[in-house]
Amino acid sequence: MADYRLQGDTGEWEVVCGLEIHAQIISDSKLFSAAATEFGAEPNSQVSPVDAGMPGMLPRVNQFCVEQAVKTGLGLRAEINRWSAFERKNYFYADLPQGYQISQYLHPLVGEGTVYLDMPDGSVVPVGIERLHMEQDAGKSLHDQEPGKTYIDLNRSGVGLMEIVSKPDITSPEQAGAYVNKLRSILRYLGTCDGNMAEGSMRCDINVSVRKPGGDLGTRCELKNVNSVRFIMQAIEAEATRQIEILEDGGEIEQQTRLYDPDKRETRALRGKEHAHDYRYFPDPDILPLIVENDWVERIKASMPELPDEKKQRFIDEYGLSAYDAGVLVAEQAYADFFETLAKGRDPKLAANWFTGDFFGALNKAGVELDAAPVDSAKLGELLDLIADETISGRIAKDVFEEMWETGKPAGQIVEDKGLKQITDTSELEGIVDKIVADNPDQVAQVQDGNQKVKGWFVGQVMKATGGKANPKLVNEILAKKLG
Amino acid sequence: MAVDKDTVAGIAKLARIKVDDAEQEALTKELSNILGWIDELGELDTEGVQPMTSVVEVQHSLRKDVIKDGDRQDDILKNAPESKQGYFVVPRVVE
Repeated sequence: MADYRLQGDTGEWEVVCGLEIHAQIISDSKLFSAAATEFGAEPNSQVSPVDAGMPGMLPRVNQFCVEQAVKTGLGLRAEINRWSAFERKNYFYADLPQGYQISQYLHPLVGEGTVYLDMPDGSVVPVGIERLHMEQDAGKSLHDQEPGKTYIDLNRSGVGLMEIVSKPDITSPEQAGAYVNKLRSILRYLGTCDGNMAEGSMRCDINVSVRKPGGDLGTRCELKNVNSVRFIMQAIEAEATRQIEILEDGGEIEQQTRLYDPDKRETRALRGKEHAHDYRYFPDPDILPLIVENDWVERIKASMPELPDEKKQRFIDEYGLSAYDAGVLVAEQAYADFFETLAKGRDPKLAANWFTGDFFGALNKAGVELDAAPVDSAKLGELLDLIADETISGRIAKDVFEEMWETGKPAGQIVEDKGLKQITDTSELEGIVDKIVADNPDQVAQVQDGNQKVKGWFVGQVMKATGGKANPKLVNEILAKKLG
Repeated sequence: MAVDKDTVAGIAKLARIKVDDAEQEALTKELSNILGWIDELGELDTEGVQPMTSVVEVQHSLRKDVIKDGDRQDDILKNAPESKQGYFVVPRVVE
């Protein structure tokens, strides 16, 4: 794949990005308290005194959250640290009642790993994972409820988060998008995070710097809370462009935290906070170090599902699919399951083409998720069977599919009701071909002069005359015979 | 390690504690004394010694993932100087 470059006045520039993803852990109760985590509840109805930062309350680590984080670490092919520790990250904000966030700093639960990106051209790009650590989420601030006031809901306070930090291996907006999608896919397969960026259960900070190709790393800026794949890609381009302009004007990049404004398509500095990054971490005296025994890790390992990379390879090997098709199919477990049901006992390539082509097209057009589709794998399978046994042509099948999508009727019934069965009667087709040949002597002469394109025109005429129901293979054979 | 007055002012700011000039003066001496003592401890060779996290050999006991708390909005909001519609209400924290 061609390297991504931005063109400046002084030549080409390379972009270097590292992503920090905050992923909310799927669990019933919070990381350090027994209050519920469910999204969308009545404000402050899922808050324990621990989450409210009441004095004297003791946090206790949720075993399942640890298990979820270990599972995620294994899914990122990362080392699991048997000994890790929680520390306090100190800062004041209205939605952080403790005055500190319990996080992991010097000793994270998960160390280095790798995520493989599936790029649209079929290439695979490895991105290093620096670490994954556990921490608690803060509450939610609403600034637009009343002038001069901020409303605080602590329901989210204390929900378990995994902060997943990549190495600065990402060198284009496209790769950043692919990274977020792949991470999301892995988390969803594992059931450790639902990956819902709109609800904020997956949030993204981006470190961006630019350099001349092969040069030293430049000073980076951090873009906070960019919350859709599309905005992530736009934000990187906008920020890189800004940095290049400054550098080419002889300026210097100031290391700072910035926000991306999707309306203006530009980034702007957050109000400068003095000592903003002095978090004065220290080990949390309320929580003993976290010990994760080997046999626990082994049990978690044994419970892991087949992950996207393995599934993709199996789809390539077992079904003979292209890397691209396999990548598309495994992105969501539900897609992969649908495909495998559909491909069972059928031509896998036909199944993949129909599923990723017409079916995905219909899903997008209707704007619905797979589980709400009016056509399921059994119904689509029936249609593929009608194509395979030559009851209908592939072209007619597209019309039948549209009708299936609209009416929910089975393919066989639609074909029957509308008389769409393919014409495979040679003498009937010969009669039609004879008439077209007789009516178009000029075109016949052109074919006989060796113009192959006109041959295609004849096929089109036969299809027109038969309403698309002629068996294309037979038509070609008959035409070859009649036109010499 | 000696601490200067600016550092003391910085720490006070981070801790959101108002410390007037005379107090800063006194705290500068006090903190310098404490840190001097810590420096003295630092002279001990602790290479290869695990930090002590507990006086007895216990492990953190993990909690089962069960919902046993919450659903007590009134309790949670009881100390709030201002609350509305179930929310804490504070002076606006962004521009």
